[in-house]
Amino acid sequence: MTPKKLGLKQRYALMTRGLDWETTYQPMDKVFPYDRFEGIKIKDWSAWEDPFRLTMDAYWKFQGEKERKLYAVLDAFAQNNGQTGISDARYTNVLKLFLTGVSPLEYQAHRGFAFAGRHLRGVGPRVAAQMQSLDELRHVQTQIHTISHYNKYFDGLSEFRHMHDRVWYLSVPKSFFDDARTAGPFEYMIAIGFAFEYVLTNLLFVPFMSGAAYNGDMSTVTFGFSAQSDESRHMTLGIEVIKFLLEQDADNLPIVQRWVDKWFWRGHRVLGLVAMMMDYMLPKKVMSWKEAWEIYFTEAGGSLFTDLARYGLKVPKYADVATADAEHISHQNWATFYQYTHAAAFHTWMPDRAHMDWLSEKYPNTFDKYYRPRFEMWAEMEKQGQRFYNNSLPQLCQVCQIPMVYTEPGDPTKIAFRCSQVEGETYHFCSDGCKDIFDAEPQKYVQAWMPVQQIFQGNCGGASIPDVLAWYRLNAGADNMDYVGSPDEKLWNDWHAAAARAAG
Amino acid sequence: MLNALDTAEYLDHVTVRDARKNFHGNILVYVHWEDHLSFCAAIAFPLPPTLSFGALVSDVIAPAYAAHPDAARIDWSKVEWQIDGVRMVPDLSLSLEANGLGHKSLLRFKTPGLHGWKGSAN
Amino acid sequence: MAQIASITLLHNDDARPIIEAILADNPGCRVLNMPGAVKLDRDDELVVRRASVEARIGRAWDPQELQLVIVSMAGNLDEDDDHFTLSWKH
Repeated sequence: MTPKKLGLKQRYALMTRGLDWETTYQPMDKVFPYDRFEGIKIKDWSAWEDPFRLTMDAYWKFQGEKERKLYAVLDAFAQNNGQTGISDARYTNVLKLFLTGVSPLEYQAHRGFAFAGRHLRGVGPRVAAQMQSLDELRHVQTQIHTISHYNKYFDGLSEFRHMHDRVWYLSVPKSFFDDARTAGPFEYMIAIGFAFEYVLTNLLFVPFMSGAAYNGDMSTVTFGFSAQSDESRHMTLGIEVIKFLLEQDADNLPIVQRWVDKWFWRGHRVLGLVAMMMDYMLPKKVMSWKEAWEIYFTEAGGSLFTDLARYGLKVPKYADVATADAEHISHQNWATFYQYTHAAAFHTWMPDRAHMDWLSEKYPNTFDKYYRPRFEMWAEMEKQGQRFYNNSLPQLCQVCQIPMVYTEPGDPTKIAFRCSQVEGETYHFCSDGCKDIFDAEPQKYVQAWMPVQQIFQGNCGGASIPDVLAWYRLNAGADNMDYVGSPDEKLWNDWHAAAARAAG
Repeated sequence: MLNALDTAEYLDHVTVRDARKNFHGNILVYVHWEDHLSFCAAIAFPLPPTLSFGALVSDVIAPAYAAHPDAARIDWSKVEWQIDGVRMVPDLSLSLEANGLGHKSLLRFKTPGLHGWKGSAN
Repeated sequence: MAQIASITLLHNDDARPIIEAILADNPGCRVLNMPGAVKLDRDDELVVRRASVEARIGRAWDPQELQLVIVSMAGNLDEDDDHFTLSWKH
C-alpha cells in the first residue's frame, strides 16, 4: 500500500514545528534579549498560525518560477529597446523617485525582517519573518536590475544609493524605516508587517504598477507585480501578527494601538510621494490618488478594522484627517518639488490644460479652488521668463521630516504649525499626528538627522546650493530642473525624430 | 558597548542634534508669510542673534520672498508680526534676541490687503 | 457596510481560468479591471476552488500556485489542498 500523501496542513506542521529547542547552557532570555522590553506579553508562541502554510521547499520552488518569468520579461524589454516605447520620457521620473526613495527601503525591510526572524522567540513567526527577509532582498535586487536598463539612457538614476542617505526629500522614506528598525522586534512587525504591508502597501504597488503597465513600462510592471505576489504573503503575516499579539494578552492592546496609530500616520505621510507620482508624474493616469485611497484605505481598511474591533482595536487615530488629506496631498507635494526643482534629482513640470482639467474632475472639492490658481500663476510667470523658484530652505517637521507644507484640517489656506518643548528646546511638527508621535517618545526624535539643519551646521559639503548638490552627487543641469530643456527631453525628441525619419 | 535596553544608559547617550551650540553662533529662525502658499512652507534661516530686526526684514526676508508678484507691493510699516504664536510690534533697531526671537522661533507675518495671487492665498 | 473580501490577480493567461473559476463560484462577485491586473471583490467571502480551476485547465492544480499570479488580497485567509478562501466571517 502506498503511503497517503500528506495534506497541506500536516506538511506545514511537520516542516515548521519542532525546529527550535529550549536552550540549556544559556538562559532563553539572554539568547532572545529583545522580545520582552517593549512590554508585549506572549503566553504561547505555538498559537501562531501562518494561513499560507508555506514551507521552505515550496517557497524556493515558487520564488524560482517567479524569477524566471521576471527575467524573461527584462531580457525581452532590453532586447526590444522597450525604453523607446514608453508613453513619454516624463514617465522615467517616477522610476527615479522609486529607485532613490523606495528600493533602498526594500533593503531596509530585508534587514529588519532578518532581525525580527532572529529575535522573536517563536518558531512560526521566525520562519515567516525569514521568508519575508529573503523576499525583500529579492525585491531590491530585481528593482535595481530592472531600472539599470533605464540608467543607460536617462539621468538621475546612477547615484541612487548615495543619494538615499543624503538628499533632503529622501530623508523622508529613509527616516521612516530607520525609525522602524531602531524599534523593538514587535513594533517593527506592527510598523512594517501590519501598518505598512497590510494597510498601505497596496496603494504603492497596485495602482502605481498598473500605471507602469499603462505607460508602456513592461519591465517595471513585471517587477512590481512579481514583488506584489510576495506582498500577499506579507500582508497575511501582518494580519497574523496583530491577531496573535491581541489574542495573547489583554495588556498588549494599548501598546499595539499606539503602534498602529503611529505607523499608520507615518506611512500616510511617506505615501504622499506616491500620491504625487500618480496624480502628476504618470503621463497616462490609471486612477487618482483620492480614488486609490477610497478603494485601498476607506474600503479595504474599513473591512479590516471592522474585523479587528472584536479585539478592541480601533481605527487608527487621525484616519479621518488622512482621508481628508487625500484631497490635497498630491497637489501640495508637487508644488513643493516644482519650487525646489533645482535641488531634486528628477524633473518637474507644470500640468498642461488637459491635465489640469483631469485634476479638476478628480478633485472637484479642492483643485480649482486652491491649487489651479497656484499653477496658473506659475505657468504665467514661466511664460514671462520668471519661472518661480524657492531659493531658501524650508522648515521641516521633526518627525516625518517633510517640509512643513501641509495645511490645517478644514482650512487649506493655512499652514498647520504644531510644536513641543523638551528641556528648553523647541521642536516643530506638521500635524497633530506627528506631534503625538514625538510626544510619546521625545528622546528618540530629538536625535533626528534633519537635512536643512545639517546644511546649516556645515555637515553637507558647504553653504551654497552647488556645494550641497555636489555632496549629494546630483549632476546639476542634467539630473535636476524642469523636464523641458533637460537632456532627457532632448534624447526623447531625438529618438522620435529618428523614428519619424525612418517611417518616411 | 552601549546597552540600549538600559534606560538610564540610553538617556545618557541621547544627543540633541540641533542644539543652538551646533550652529556656529547663529540661531535658527523660521519665517512664514501668511496667505502666500506658493512658498510651500515657512523658510529656515541661520542668523546671528545680534542682527537687528530691521536688517532681518530688509536683507533676509524681503529678498527671500521677492519672486512673488505681491512682494513689491508690501508696505513693511503695516505688516503684522507674530513670534511663537504671540502678536508683537518689533523694534526695528533692536536685535532679534531683544525682540524675543530665540533658537527655532517661528516668526509669522501678515500683509494687510495682500492675500496672494488673485486673493487665492497662493 | 458589508466587509469586502477581495483578491487581485495578474491579467494573463495563467490567471484567466482562475478568474473564470472565481466568477463562476462566487455569485455577486464584482470586477474592477486595471491595466495589467484585475481586482475581484465580494461581500464577506470569496473562494477559489481547486476543482473549478482544474476543470478549466485540464490538469492537476495546487491552490498554492496562486502565489505565481496573485497581486493582492483582503480578508482572513484559509488555505488547504482544495480551496483558498478569503473571508471576514468567524
